[in-house]
Amino acid sequence: MKYIDEFQDPDLARRLLDEIRSTVTRPWALMEVCGGQTHTIIRHGIDQLLPDEVELIHGPGCPVCVTPLEVIDKALAIASRPGVIFCSFGDMLRVPGTDRDLFQVRSEGGDVRVVYSPLDALRVAQQNPDREVVFFGIGFETTAPPNAMTVYQARKLGIPNFSLLVSHVRVPPAIDAIMRSPSCRVQAFLAAGHVCSVMGTGEYPDLAERYEVPIVVTGFEPLDILEGVRRTVLQLERGEHTVDNAYPRAVRPEGNPAARAMLADVFEVTDRSWRGIGVIPDSGWRLSPRYREYDAEHRFSVTGIDTREPAACRSGEVLQGLLKPHECEAFGTSCTPRTPLGATMVSSEGACAAYYLYRRLDLTPAAASDSLEGSAVV
Amino acid sequence: MSETTEVRAGALDVLGWTCPAPLRNQPRVVMGHGGGGAMSAELVEHLFLPAFGGPDLAGTVDAAALELGGARLAFSTDSFVVRPLFFPGGSIGDLAVNGTVNDLAMSGARPAYLSCGFILEEGVELSVVQRVAEALGAAARTAGVEVVTGDTKVVEAGHGDGIFINTSGIGLIPHGVDLRPQRVVPGDVVIVSGPVGVHGVAIMSVREGLEFGVEIESDCAPLAGLVEAMLAVTEDLHVLRDPTRGGLAAALNEIASASGTGVVVQERAVPVPAAVANACAVLGLDPMYVANEGKLVAFVPREHADAVLAAMRAHPLGREAAVIGEAVEAHPGMVVARTGLGGTRVVDMPLGEQLPRIC
Repeated sequence: MKYIDEFQDPDLARRLLDEIRSTVTRPWALMEVCGGQTHTIIRHGIDQLLPDEVELIHGPGCPVCVTPLEVIDKALAIASRPGVIFCSFGDMLRVPGTDRDLFQVRSEGGDVRVVYSPLDALRVAQQNPDREVVFFGIGFETTAPPNAMTVYQARKLGIPNFSLLVSHVRVPPAIDAIMRSPSCRVQAFLAAGHVCSVMGTGEYPDLAERYEVPIVVTGFEPLDILEGVRRTVLQLERGEHTVDNAYPRAVRPEGNPAARAMLADVFEVTDRSWRGIGVIPDSGWRLSPRYREYDAEHRFSVTGIDTREPAACRSGEVLQGLLKPHECEAFGTSCTPRTPLGATMVSSEGACAAYYLYRRLDLTPAAASDSLEGSAVV
Repeated sequence: MSETTEVRAGALDVLGWTCPAPLRNQPRVVMGHGGGGAMSAELVEHLFLPAFGGPDLAGTVDAAALELGGARLAFSTDSFVVRPLFFPGGSIGDLAVNGTVNDLAMSGARPAYLSCGFILEEGVELSVVQRVAEALGAAARTAGVEVVTGDTKVVEAGHGDGIFINTSGIGLIPHGVDLRPQRVVPGDVVIVSGPVGVHGVAIMSVREGLEFGVEIESDCAPLAGLVEAMLAVTEDLHVLRDPTRGGLAAALNEIASASGTGVVVQERAVPVPAAVANACAVLGLDPMYVANEGKLVAFVPREHADAVLAAMRAHPLGREAAVIGEAVEAHPGMVVARTGLGGTRVVDMPLGEQLPRIC
């Protein structure tokens, strides 16, 4: 695997930036849907390098950020129960519920474990037959198939002490909802490459046509992002609005049929609440009736949870591109990754957190000191 | 979500969007308090230091520099709770020696004597204890220090994690050597002694059973010899740090904060082995935040930088030393990276533990 250097090559990046500069004639607002792309853009300073006419709006595609508070509170309640081993991806441990997070549950004696694959959680269930093992199944279409696989395998192998707390979300309904918003400024989308590697590109032509927006399937390395932007700007300048795949090394039009079949078997589409946003119709998955017995919400019937959101912050405006993270008065003062007031400050893929981590300083290139290349010591 | 109303039409009511509650101070210890980042620093500053009532700087540096009977002593302590006990490239025994030896070396001291306290969990096989003890002894001989005092305690099964070790150490600081972050001035050159992130990824690969295609061995090593070679060039090094927990990012932030200068790092100049870069890419981690156990970062006056770099590269533990940046007047207390593409970003102090990202 030699991709990393190749897809961060400064010379190629400069060439792509030059092409974008020579193509663009007027302002355009592009939304990168995926939080992983937001992270790459800010971490590598790509937004600083693009011409002023190209504005990147950071979309709601951080699965950690948009998991509803109610589900987080249910996770905390289940993880606190004696006899439960609660397994989760690492970055969910820090997401605040109404009054605590999974780290705190662990410090209070709860058995909360970080796993790197949902199938690891299934292994934990096999190794602990006298305990109830719950996996926190969150994320977009990317993480949904392996999470579905755990339930499929649990049934196949007869593992009764395993269940899934599901809060999966789908990208196309979110794009649809964003485009319907009266305050929407988005003129094109960089679609999330990893989502499309599972689902293919078939869900997007209808959206591109209906809202007359280019949708370019884009990868996650710096050059992927720049190529996605280049192709999007090209379409905008030509007045086109098609679905284009700028990430062919990972995305086929049909996606991954085996993964899609797994999703169709284990899950069913449902309305889903997005934290900081609200309910978006048909934007989520839940376990289908065939697998209801593996549904942790059903199994633990968590009730009596007093879920309380505080006074609103402005992450909704951030997610719509109406406000840049640093333009919010709470940014970096009362709202930091340590004390997040908003969904977008929770995970490093959230736009506010990315700005806080990487962009707290409005640097001019000169202030950042001239490159050391001219220094005698390099 | 209690306040949201379903919008059947599918349009988003932007003005109705709400946000999660802030999470303020934890009432209990969480893992992040031991992560070597901001939470660790806050624990020391707000809980331990006021309770101890010691000098302001106690506990905020890796080794204390003390005047005693006309000699300048460096004194340091460190505890080791690594899991697994044995990993590619070393063991808890190696870490227990090198961790403390390196803390002493970063103050310019020549490490001399160690104490060693073992906390053993009931049920651990004595053959395992023996292997750890032998590794510790071998590491001490390699580092040129003697273990001169010790202690053993046993806790009930389930109350430990096999073996915990604490080592304390003392060493002599040569006359004329004064390594402190307060000595850093704009213009200082920042040098790292070799590839970063190796130890953390090595531990993760065995702890989590992750395969990265090639076995990554910990860089665990005693650095006193390398420091001696650097001081032979000039006593006027300004500050040294071994970037362990929290990695290079934490070390640079501590120095920037204590010195009141800014630090600029050229991201592409930071040596990161391909295996570490790939592992971090898979896990969503940043190599700048991953632990090292055999590396140092040095702030060197510009006029000595070439000679110090050459001396480091002539030493087996500094062969891949590289200049990665400089101290600047701008943005005091803050570390900024120039990205490979020419952008800039803040390199923040890590908060607690680095968490693998979901996707």
